[in-house]
Amino acid sequence: MFQIKEQSPVYDVCIVGSGAGGGMAAKILAEAGLKIALMEAGPDFDPADPDSQTQLKWNYESPRRGASTPTRSFGDMDMAYGGWEIHGEPYTRKGDSEFDWFRSRMVGGRTNHWGRISLRFGPLDFKRKDFDGKGDNWPIGYEDIAPYYDKVDKLVGVYGTRENIPNEPDGYFLPPPKPRLHELYLKKGIKKLGIPVIPARKSVLTKRLNDSRGVCFYCQQCNRACNVYADFSSSSVLVKPAGETGNMDLYVDAMVREVLTDENGRATGVSYISRQDRQEYQIKSKVVVLAASACGTARIMLNSKSDRHPNGIGNSSGVLGHYLHDSTGASRSAILPELLDRTRYNEDGARGMHIYTPWWLNDKKDLEFTRGYHIEYGGGMYMPGYGVGFGMEHQNGRIPGKDGKMKKAGGYGLSFKEDVKRFYGAGIGFAGRGESVPQKDNYCEIDPDVVDQYGIPVLRFNYHWTKDEIMQAKHMQDTFEEIIHALGAVPNGEKPGADTNYGLEAPGRIIHEVGTTRMGTDKNTSVTNKYNQTHDVDNLFVMDGGVFVSQADKNPTWTILALAWRSSDYLIDELKKMNI
Amino acid sequence: MDRRRTLKYLAAGTALTGFLFTSCADDKKYQVAGVPKKAKNPFGYGRTPEELERDKNLSERSFFTSDEAALINVLADIIIPADEEYGAATDTDVFTFIDFMALDRPDFQIPLRGGLQWINQESRRRFNKEFVNISESQQIEIVEDIAYPFDAEPAFTQGARFFSILRDLVACGYFSSKEGIEYIGYMGNTPHVWDGVPQEVLDEHGLAYDQKTLDECVDQSKRNETMDWSGYEL
Ligand SMILES: Cc1cc2nc3c(=O)[nH]c(=O)nc-3n(C[C@H](O)[C@H](O)[C@H](O)COP(=O)(O)OP(=O)(O)OC[C@H]3O[C@@H](n4cnc5c(N)ncnc54)[C@H](O)[C@@H]3O)c2cc1C
Repeated sequence: MFQIKEQSPVYDVCIVGSGAGGGMAAKILAEAGLKIALMEAGPDFDPADPDSQTQLKWNYESPRRGASTPTRSFGDMDMAYGGWEIHGEPYTRKGDSEFDWFRSRMVGGRTNHWGRISLRFGPLDFKRKDFDGKGDNWPIGYEDIAPYYDKVDKLVGVYGTRENIPNEPDGYFLPPPKPRLHELYLKKGIKKLGIPVIPARKSVLTKRLNDSRGVCFYCQQCNRACNVYADFSSSSVLVKPAGETGNMDLYVDAMVREVLTDENGRATGVSYISRQDRQEYQIKSKVVVLAASACGTARIMLNSKSDRHPNGIGNSSGVLGHYLHDSTGASRSAILPELLDRTRYNEDGARGMHIYTPWWLNDKKDLEFTRGYHIEYGGGMYMPGYGVGFGMEHQNGRIPGKDGKMKKAGGYGLSFKEDVKRFYGAGIGFAGRGESVPQKDNYCEIDPDVVDQYGIPVLRFNYHWTKDEIMQAKHMQDTFEEIIHALGAVPNGEKPGADTNYGLEAPGRIIHEVGTTRMGTDKNTSVTNKYNQTHDVDNLFVMDGGVFVSQADKNPTWTILALAWRSSDYLIDELKKMNI
Repeated sequence: MDRRRTLKYLAAGTALTGFLFTSCADDKKYQVAGVPKKAKNPFGYGRTPEELERDKNLSERSFFTSDEAALINVLADIIIPADEEYGAATDTDVFTFIDFMALDRPDFQIPLRGGLQWINQESRRRFNKEFVNISESQQIEIVEDIAYPFDAEPAFTQGARFFSILRDLVACGYFSSKEGIEYIGYMGNTPHVWDGVPQEVLDEHGLAYDQKTLDECVDQSKRNETMDWSGYEL
């Protein structure tokens, strides 16, 4: 007979989700001596475990040469169990809404394969409304979070350079790796346009940080999770040390369904379904911290209904799930003729770009959109895998051959074989990642008709871009074209136009979704206070990107980490003062 | 490329990163509840139990018939023939890869099977024989009509579409193989120390690192010294 099993100990804190936010909470709270239950829906994972390792494997060891699969959206060797769709765990969209939801199910969440671009938000980013009248200001400013950015820099490690650019705050950086060949070309070409190019800022250890982590050995594969912990994954950098305090129990394959409450509406723990035996269990705790990712947390809260919380826990405002927003994204690529038939050498660096362009037009008021974007650059001689040699008919007919003559696109035989070699490593890519204006009408809610394989009601997404985002994408495309022109490069494909919203990616695609449990001073328009504590329930905290009021033109994770640390300090303090 | 330099870096990389591959996840100091039993993994890289089951299942099956396999192999070597130094597509067994992909991504099945069929029909129409049984020059005559998709005559556009798909898969199978990687000249996937573009390559391109970049980028001889921020100001 089905029965709910209660776990015996009462923990001080039950944390749901072991990604960036949950990992940080676990580390800070466990080190403070609190007894922690860390709940993770996916399996255990440690980047150093040889059984799960893909780092330094050849793509030809995979029968599909590393192609993506239904269980790994970014390829067979990528270290994210999950992806855009997870078998047995659907989500839905209402009407013509677009939203794609990327989930990783494993200890460390999406931080095992994330891009490691680690940018602080700047002073302006917390107060955008003051400048353009749109959206809302954060209840905190840069000065509130800065000490925590400092601590995150030193604990986790990030390379970069002090540039003293307004709104691109510097940090405690490790020295960056040198630019690669295509990046030298990019720097040279782009500077002519008055667009800044600076060293990237990424959480990869280019120098030793401490004795429990190794130093980068430049395999270009951070997305496969690093065996020597030379990059940031929550699994290795946060969850592991949290466990070593002896104060944490880690529950894996534990799919949390809802927050349990007492008759006063306070949190008493969580209930979860074990993916192993499909039985329901309960964890009792004095405090509950949700960090299941912005949408995962909103789902748990919306599903936690009781007499005291009829619309879901922490939702007296009715804004839970609302103001969901992602970064904007658009991209373009080109061939740089100078790189055809290039000399070979081992060009593997730290994964991804070594240089980037921060937003450079904060002072400009006459753009047809408000809010900026940064540009990430791609290129280089990558390990051949699935996709190598594809689409040669779109390349070899557009640039003269070695003999200076144009040839027909496509082909076969020795000349085709040589063309693949000739074009290898000659491509460059541009990706704009921008700030959108959060909208109340963009939200996730519980689908009244659909449950997942664990019987838990699923999310339904409602999301439309506004003119601001579309016009920003247009500006990205114009900029890419300008850069391509300045470099003398040959663009691939047609420039995306109005018919495709200028190549603007569907919401969710940039995987910076935040805002569902936003913080604020007014409990009628926000879910948490400025310390990530829910207005309605004093022993319920949210420590993922849900609390963002606005996602800046920077990637979100450094801010998630800093806020989770700040909130954990606050929680410890409140417990000491017996306020909770 | 100076081979000695690479080797030195390789050794240095391993030594400097210290505990490469020595850490083990099994000696956990804390309790992990709910860990399932490990499944045996015949593949050389990490797979989840769910992935293992699917991949094992796919590897044991075959999509193409032996006749289709023979035709794919002939076309594959037309697309990537041997040169003086390196082999042809079939030397790297691109067929196994293409067959696997047809099962892994069923969207390939109809275009590939139908395309092979199209090729044989064209061959019978022109020469009264299947494609594998006509002469090399006859084969090339057909391939010439479908190898250039933007120049294909209306009668051959479907054939050209098929040929582009097959060319993609053959090229990918070859260039991601061990031999293909050597041919294309990729030299990474091994621990090393990236210390910038080699001087001779910079010279070739008339480029140089400016002083600011040299000053601010990591001094690789000090990479193993613990970072010290004393005196560092924000
Ligand atoms: C390809 C890619 C590249 C990226 N690059 C960057 C980048 O360069 N810079 C950057 O700043 N950000 C980047 N991101 C985004 C970054 O990964 C996220 O911002 C970050 O991981 C969010 O942390 P989180 O703790 O909120 O959620 P996650 O990391 O998603 O962790 C949430 C965890 O909660 C678990 N969980 C969910 N629901 C439940 C439940 N009901 N019960 C129990 N457990 C549950 C999940 O299994 C997961 O492990 C990237 C993301 C992707 C996918």
